[in-house]
Amino acid sequence: MWRFIAMRVLHVIPTLIAISMIAFFIIQLPPGDFLSTQVARLEAAGQSVDPAQMEALRDRYGIGDPFWVQYVKWISNIVLHGDFGLSFQFQQPVSTLIADRLPLTLALGIATLMFTWAIALPAGIYSAIKQHTWGDYTISGIGFVALAVPQFLAALVLAYLGFALFDQSVGGMFSPEYVNAPWGVGKFVDLLGHLWIPVVVIGLAGTAGIIRVTRANMLDELNKPYVITARAKGLSEGRLVTKYPVRIAMNPFISTAGWHLPSLFDGEIIVAQVLALGTIGPLLLEALKSQDMYLAGGIILIIAVLTVIGTLISDLLLAAIDPRVRFGKA
Amino acid sequence: MSWRRRNLERDAAREIAAATVDDDRPMDPGALLELQNLCTTFHTDEGAVHAVDDVSLRIRRGSTTCIVGESGSGKSATARSIIQVVDHPGRVDSGRVLYRPSPDGAVVDLAALDATGPGIRSIRGRDIGLVFQEPMSSLSPVHTIGDQIGELLELHERLSPSAARERVIDDLRRVGIPRPEERFGAYTFQLSGGMRQRAMIAMALVCRPSLLIADEPTTALDVTTQAQILDLLAELKQSLGMTLMFITHDLGVVAEIADDVVVMRHGKVVEQGPVDQIFHDPQHEYTQELLAALPQRGAVTVTEPEPAAAEPERPLLRIEDLEMTFEAAAGTLFGRRRTERVNAVDKVTLDIPEGSTVGLVGESGCGKTTLGRCVLRAYRPTAGKLLYSGADGRVTDLARLSEKELLPYRRQVRMVFQDPYGSLNPRMTVRQVIGEPLRVAGLASGSELDGRVEAMLERVGLKRAMAGRYPHAFSGGERQRIGIARALITEPRLVVADEAVSALDVSVRTQILELLAELQGDLGLTYLFISHDLSVVERICDQVAVMYFGVMVEQGPAEQVFADPQHGYTRALLSAVPVADPRERGTRSRVAYEPEPVA
Repeated sequence: MWRFIAMRVLHVIPTLIAISMIAFFIIQLPPGDFLSTQVARLEAAGQSVDPAQMEALRDRYGIGDPFWVQYVKWISNIVLHGDFGLSFQFQQPVSTLIADRLPLTLALGIATLMFTWAIALPAGIYSAIKQHTWGDYTISGIGFVALAVPQFLAALVLAYLGFALFDQSVGGMFSPEYVNAPWGVGKFVDLLGHLWIPVVVIGLAGTAGIIRVTRANMLDELNKPYVITARAKGLSEGRLVTKYPVRIAMNPFISTAGWHLPSLFDGEIIVAQVLALGTIGPLLLEALKSQDMYLAGGIILIIAVLTVIGTLISDLLLAAIDPRVRFGKA
Repeated sequence: MSWRRRNLERDAAREIAAATVDDDRPMDPGALLELQNLCTTFHTDEGAVHAVDDVSLRIRRGSTTCIVGESGSGKSATARSIIQVVDHPGRVDSGRVLYRPSPDGAVVDLAALDATGPGIRSIRGRDIGLVFQEPMSSLSPVHTIGDQIGELLELHERLSPSAARERVIDDLRRVGIPRPEERFGAYTFQLSGGMRQRAMIAMALVCRPSLLIADEPTTALDVTTQAQILDLLAELKQSLGMTLMFITHDLGVVAEIADDVVVMRHGKVVEQGPVDQIFHDPQHEYTQELLAALPQRGAVTVTEPEPAAAEPERPLLRIEDLEMTFEAAAGTLFGRRRTERVNAVDKVTLDIPEGSTVGLVGESGCGKTTLGRCVLRAYRPTAGKLLYSGADGRVTDLARLSEKELLPYRRQVRMVFQDPYGSLNPRMTVRQVIGEPLRVAGLASGSELDGRVEAMLERVGLKRAMAGRYPHAFSGGERQRIGIARALITEPRLVVADEAVSALDVSVRTQILELLAELQGDLGLTYLFISHDLSVVERICDQVAVMYFGVMVEQGPAEQVFADPQHGYTRALLSAVPVADPRERGTRSRVAYEPEPVA
């Protein structure tokens, strides 16, 4: 087992190197560099720029150097010092910007994930067991509608409802009075009051997909001979269904569970943008729009690393749960 | 005892009490189980299918009752109706399933119990055990054997996991599984087919039920393994004092083990009686047909006009020292992967004379299919020669030809597959399926192609008008005819038939064998007939070759091999074949074969 993990981690390293190069290459693609953009902006505002400071920055980030030199400086600063560079737009270190938004992003991501699975799995299983009943049709119907409605539309509708019915402020994660307030019970309750809109909006679409897949997997498994065997043992329906077919129908989810890791981090960009949430997704969008290359590059790199780690986690989970994978029989 | 469990037991007792009967149609006192006018219906979108249609039968306490019938006769549905585990959307509609657990006890109507209620659940597994056909799919692949067996003890006898473990290990030992302590934690795919079926039997018997229902428990097994499982069942039945209900399509097995026989067809019982009467004085026409269709070992049926078996003529195909090695990745959990070499075919030499039928027999895993595929050059043999005599007398070594050079021979050596369902593309019409070999070879197209396909359909006993249909519209036997038509459309000289009749019912099997014999006579075909079924091989083959673990252990003319087998393995194989006559039961001794240690 440890050997397997070690091998997998070793495989991850070249992947990460390649990803970081591509990420850096892409953020370098637009013409010009951020220093000249910055100088232009400052001069347009009528400020003078200190040439010595400019030179220091140039040297610090290797601007003007060949691609490889810039890349090596960038990546070695990240790996050795945890320094992702400076965001131009915000004039703050990238790591600070990300760290500021990380707790909220994770809160939203984890809440959404739990909401989605808590609803989708039981609904999918119920829908399969009660196939061709009103319960099944209702769940499937709601699922299709949720899948078909664009998220930004649902976000707008729910934000309006929140405003009209509960007198909530539109957008953001906090009411205006709490935005800059220190953390406390009141702020937390306020957060929960706002969090439900993005959680429901993002969750519903994912829920619908998971319900369909669970239902289809369960229908495949429910008529397998081993289910009849379990029934012939005298197990109750509830116990036999959860012990046998559900266990196998979960495989596709377990094998993709790790993919949720990066989405916990960037969240749903469009919904977050529409609802003006202070998560990392909108930050990435903003950075891309304004050519803020270290900010964009840093976020993209973290997402890529999380994707690779998530896949590794999925593989290990699947091997832990399904003996056929463990023994190379499936 | 938790209140929940107490409630459950109280509910179960109450349900059973409510289903207890004492009325005008009492049960035969000597019977353990009696079905009265049982009807089970599958309510599908296409209408109701009466899988079990007014079935009445009786199972005597302590007896072995065999339910015989061809596929679709409703024998499995009957068995599953008894404890109400019929596949969705089936349902027990009417009739009674009277069950008397002890000779002087109350009679319970199992059909009156709620199919998911605690009453029937307390009987399933504890009083009535069930063994299924395919142990691989009937056991969960992601739970250990011990978990799946021990679950019954925890459920019905409220044993703690550790006490259950002890019992399970004892029972695994009892059914003949070596090293049961290790096997307790094994998964199904780590066991061989025979071991899996033993585990399944241990599971069904772990609560010591009074009735064991075995639904085709040996059909998926080799003949020698089948013999072991039948012996095991007989011994367990004796020592545990149970009653056995055995469902099978194999009359040979019936003759070996049954006390009583019930013959079923189209969901109805056509005849029931003691085994001797069924075999020697069958009353119903259908029973007589079934017995007549039986390829009886020892009864010479088809006599082939000896086609130059002894002539020194060059054989159509000479297999010389053929070897086929597979590299299998093996290794422990996450450990270093070793490559393991498997010699599937090990230095096999075999002559296939033109116009003859050569039978290739052996158990699963012996390499007979691999040999067949090497002959077809679906595999490239690791070593050895495949010397093929062309129509012009030239000899070519097929083993070394490139894919391109092989093309003309691909039309001359063809294959008929085992599974008539899996080997036809469901999205192609019969015309496309049969015509494809000609079309890809560029031999015919358009109306000429259609004409040849239709002529071939008629040749194999189907109608020209069927060409436009898709495979699902045909029965198993008809599909196998389509498969034969596809093999013969290129006018081949050698046909490899890999278990071509194994998946078919006995009556259909006879028709297909007759068709093959007729086509051989008319078209001058040569067959390499691969089968595990010795009775079929004896009936149609001129030459027989026996394989064991990749090695050819014996070959010769069919009569000689069957009458006077030289090799120990051949003798073991022959002695394991059930004889379809209850009067011969116990007259033969079973020979076991242990390979001598390699010097």
